[in-house]
Amino acid sequence: MSAAVTGLGVLAPNGVGTGDYWRHTRAGTSGIRPITRFDASRYPIRLAGEVRDFDPAAHLPGRLVPQTDRMTQLALVATEWALADAGLAPDAAHDFDFGVVTSASAGGLEFGQRELQKLWTQGPSTVSAYMSFSWFYAVNTGQISIRHKLRGPAAALVTEQAGGLDAVGLSRRLVADGTPVVITAGVDGALCPMGVAGQVPAGQWSTCDDPARAYRPFDAGASGGVAGEGGAVLVIEDGAAARRRGARVYGEIAGYAATFDPPPGSDREPGLGRAAATALRQADLVPDEIDVVLADAAGTLAGDRAEADALEKLFGPRGVPVTAPKTMTGRLSAGAGTLDVATALLAMRDGIIPPTVNTGGDGYGHQIDLVTSLRHVPVRTALVLARGIGGFNAAVVLRAADRRSEGMEEA
Amino acid sequence: MSQFTIEDLKRIMRACAGEDESVDLDGDIGELTFDQLGYDSLALLETASRVQRELRVALPDEALGDVETPAQFVAFVNGRLLETAA
Repeated sequence: MSAAVTGLGVLAPNGVGTGDYWRHTRAGTSGIRPITRFDASRYPIRLAGEVRDFDPAAHLPGRLVPQTDRMTQLALVATEWALADAGLAPDAAHDFDFGVVTSASAGGLEFGQRELQKLWTQGPSTVSAYMSFSWFYAVNTGQISIRHKLRGPAAALVTEQAGGLDAVGLSRRLVADGTPVVITAGVDGALCPMGVAGQVPAGQWSTCDDPARAYRPFDAGASGGVAGEGGAVLVIEDGAAARRRGARVYGEIAGYAATFDPPPGSDREPGLGRAAATALRQADLVPDEIDVVLADAAGTLAGDRAEADALEKLFGPRGVPVTAPKTMTGRLSAGAGTLDVATALLAMRDGIIPPTVNTGGDGYGHQIDLVTSLRHVPVRTALVLARGIGGFNAAVVLRAADRRSEGMEEA
Repeated sequence: MSQFTIEDLKRIMRACAGEDESVDLDGDIGELTFDQLGYDSLALLETASRVQRELRVALPDEALGDVETPAQFVAFVNGRLLETAA
């Protein structure tokens, strides 16, 4: 069995649609800019990766718009694009063949905030009936299933920024257990006052106002991350079945592992390295065989140090190219993992490693080989890492599509 | 006494529950069911809530259960308006 990715749908701060996103990401064009969604002047963070030039009403049925938060609207549109990219049109005869796994970290917070404001200023009778589900963190699984009439296994995972990769891991397991196709939607966003208020105390965000300097992972001047919205939807299906139907295979989910950090104050090391090593073993690969690492890249001094230490321990000093294209989107919470997987698969297709922008890497240059300008190199394998606030770690190993090995597997 | 019309109903439904692309709300919809028009029970609940606020008239949820078409909805609302005025 292999779990193959056959469809991508991307909605990111630096690109609407896979082609637009990839063009900007290759070129190192960032989507991090001053917040426009609300007046952020009185908040400690004033930059974000907003998905701009995208009107959900132009892409969604009129009945869906009033009942959905923005992060659900993004997820629904990206799902439609991913299914079209995979050349799949679910129908009633095969509705049990399609599973849906989503990840989101705060639910439809912007919708929820709006309705709570109405509750307190205009009274309970003004609260939307759609508040009953639109704020809920599992809402994307429901809305995707309902829209495409899918009845296969459904799940929603909440592990903050690790969530996108955890969704990929669960989707891979569902395919291994016999679900023919799984839609994996890591799409997130809470760019509203309530979202910002909830995240600021965790201390992960940079208060810098300069888009070119705010999010600089692995830099001696790192001052935190920048929040963003969006993500990617992947179509994951059985590799052999995908080839039989003549689908284009971007690559294979070859390994996945998740770990949990020890409690604060423990002298045991963080769990990220163990997640990476376990995912590699699952993929039956040794570190030397990995062509690129897409780092979590927290952008905090402590977070970057822990990740650089884990990478150096696994790969040796400067043992593998490391990149963080999320420096162009901001940290998308549950959207980060699936977007990084999509990015790694596009890197394999085109034989390039997209850059980490705005960072010198000077803080960790002796430990990791940070890619800061577009690098042309064959990419056959990739390790994608993510960490979620609260101690979540996840690692996914990707392998390029290879007709020969698949043929041998079937022989 | 202001009358509630089907045009009022269409305006409110469009604003609070959206509009199904496969349906022409401007056509003759009075006798079609809300289901045929693409509106589920939650959409009806949301619509009733808006109508109650606009007209300051009470529309009990349990009585709404028997309302299946826009024509019935309009008649129901006007009936309630008369009762309230009486």
